[in-house]
Amino acid sequence: MISLDHYLAVAALLFTIGGVGVFLNRRNVIVILMSIELMLLAVNLNFVAFSQSLGDLVGQVFTLFILTVAAAESAIGLAILVVYFRNRGDIYVDDITVMKG
Amino acid sequence: MINVTAILFYVFAGVLLSSAMMVVTVRNTVYAVLFLILAFFNAAGLFILVHAEFLALMLVVVYVGAVAVLFLFVVMMLNVELSHLRETVKSYSLIGSFVGGILAIELILVMVTWNTSTEAFNLTSAPSAFYGNVSNTKALGHLLYTHYALIFQGAGLILLIAMMGAIVLTLRHREGVKKQNVASQLARRAKESVELVDIPSGSGI
Repeated sequence: MISLDHYLAVAALLFTIGGVGVFLNRRNVIVILMSIELMLLAVNLNFVAFSQSLGDLVGQVFTLFILTVAAAESAIGLAILVVYFRNRGDIYVDDITVMKG
Repeated sequence: MINVTAILFYVFAGVLLSSAMMVVTVRNTVYAVLFLILAFFNAAGLFILVHAEFLALMLVVVYVGAVAVLFLFVVMMLNVELSHLRETVKSYSLIGSFVGGILAIELILVMVTWNTSTEAFNLTSAPSAFYGNVSNTKALGHLLYTHYALIFQGAGLILLIAMMGAIVLTLRHREGVKKQNVASQLARRAKESVELVDIPSGSGI
């Protein structure tokens, strides 16, 4: 039978993959945003698994709000990326330090 | 007796983790987005297995239908050269695997040692046993529109602000582009745009 620990293991591995993805793709902002989505998905998985295990629906409500915020975040992030690309013609994250005062 | 739930869990979890691995390692960003979509579908399968049907379908609708398509649009619109985006992978892979290894070890250590407090079960504020005989969607809707109505409105507000922000950021007025100005077209009257000229015959204007 599948227990809570199985879900926690999957979520932990998924979170780690997302975290490593940020390091592996330092130059590609799009993949960094996708890695963040993966980490949020891992958190959602934890919330839902605990919600089922403790018999409390609030975890699922909270997941719904995380979903909302994640959608807003990726929309804004991609909009910033589009503006940056329009101004500079590339999306190298290393060069974003041009704005330092 | 084969446990169908267990088999489904291992299939979903395996595909989820391996497609997540592909998202962060594959060279082509378009493929990465497609693997992200696969990962979300399998996460939705995992949600179904714990009887969170509404969230599973929400994940498919919101993530696959909106966010992943948004990613795909941006990836294809920007058309960046992918070859030298990967140059630095080697230099960062060492520290990346170091931090990732520490993170994984910590999470696994937490996972094998934690235990639930006996009081935790008394702290549940929305016990699902209370909603025992209604569907998951109905129970969630019941919670969202009563106890969490204000926060639900706040979530809507966040989405509205995100939409406005994205529009304001990406909207641009290009110089020298001829456009219709509907208001000035409607405000135009015959008196100020048509002129009657009496021309004596035989002479030009």
